[in-house]
Amino acid sequence: MVVKVYGPAYASPKRVLVCLIEKEVEFETAPIDLLKGEHKDPDYLKLQPFGTVPVTQDGDYILYESRAIIRYYAEKYKSQGTDLLGNTIEERGQVENWLEVEAHSYNPPIYTLTLQILFSSKLGFTPDQNLIKESEEKLSKVLDVYEERLSKSKYLAGDFFSLADLSHLPFTQYLVGPMGKEDMIRSRKHVSAWWDDISNRPSWQKVLQLCPPPF
Amino acid sequence: MVVKVYGPVRAACPQGVLACLLEKDVEFEIVHVDLDSGEQKKPHFLLRQPFGQVPAIEDGDLKLFESRAIIRYYAAKYEDRGPKLLGKSLEERAVVDQWVEVEAHNFNDLFYTLVLQLVILPRMGQPGDLALARSCEQKLEKVFDIYEQRLSNSTYLAGDSFTLADLTHLPAIRYLMTDAGGLAHLVTQRKHVNAWWQAISTRSAWKKLMNLANY
Repeated sequence: MVVKVYGPAYASPKRVLVCLIEKEVEFETAPIDLLKGEHKDPDYLKLQPFGTVPVTQDGDYILYESRAIIRYYAEKYKSQGTDLLGNTIEERGQVENWLEVEAHSYNPPIYTLTLQILFSSKLGFTPDQNLIKESEEKLSKVLDVYEERLSKSKYLAGDFFSLADLSHLPFTQYLVGPMGKEDMIRSRKHVSAWWDDISNRPSWQKVLQLCPPPF
Repeated sequence: MVVKVYGPVRAACPQGVLACLLEKDVEFEIVHVDLDSGEQKKPHFLLRQPFGQVPAIEDGDLKLFESRAIIRYYAAKYEDRGPKLLGKSLEERAVVDQWVEVEAHNFNDLFYTLVLQLVILPRMGQPGDLALARSCEQKLEKVFDIYEQRLSNSTYLAGDSFTLADLTHLPAIRYLMTDAGGLAHLVTQRKHVNAWWQAISTRSAWKKLMNLANY
């Protein structure tokens, strides 16, 4: 029985895909076209009542929220593949700390930028330039904190790659690629080195090859 | 060694941490942070929490921030005592994480914006954006509809026992029920949400916190 991951073309599901590859867990994907509104189909809402991607289906076991899914598979397959949770409860605490930072401080501005810059024309609205400027400023401040952190620590949670770093891959790929804002990463020495390190992991390269984003 | 919790006892996110520590019977000391005077943005606090937010904890050598990371840490560390705040299996834990993520991403932002517009800004002598508040309220109605459906099939959000998934909602819903200008109906008009709120808000750990906070 293979884990099925819904919505692989989009960013949040890619957190799950890269995690499964790191953990050497087989999976299959099921496309959901957000632009056609497939995430609001009654059948999909039975799986994910809030109508967002991803969802995973593992036999009868269904989960949603990408950061819940990656925590589960990282723990379930702890003994194989890359360790993504640290070695002690305290190290896991640091992983949780920085995963929450990604969720609450990094993701909101970068998600807004993604919607405004990459999806506005597809969704039929005019990008809000004030909102874009504001989001860039917020993201810059967050990246300044990351620069300081990564000047003292090789990865966000410590000297080991973890879910906390992994969680940043999909939207940051949009930032340096189709959004054309690579300078936000490159202008910060330690963030830049960290980005090179994590984005060149074979697992992430595999995800990009398997499931190219819709741009 | 007593856990130091940095933040006001009446702020929502520190309350999540305090509720968890009380459920697990872990001794703590509250170190007040004066948000009104911007203490959380001062250099000495930024050393502790670089985003200038509360809470943060210090437990011997361990320092953590982000309330949902802190509660996961203590729930795991003290897994063997008190209520099973992470469920009884890895699969249950993932469902707990899923609903904590739901609270973080689908509930918290709406609640926060509503309270900012209806309560906090007016208190500071500035007009709130009533259209924005109304829009948040409508979205929150839809979120609560999903909760109502879930709680009609499940006594607590993640299953048949109280977990972090329920705990993490306590501070915000308390606020909705008391301080936040006429929003209690969101809970009281939904049979299962109301019953759930009654159950979780009458737990002795929560009542202890209410005493500590002098409500």
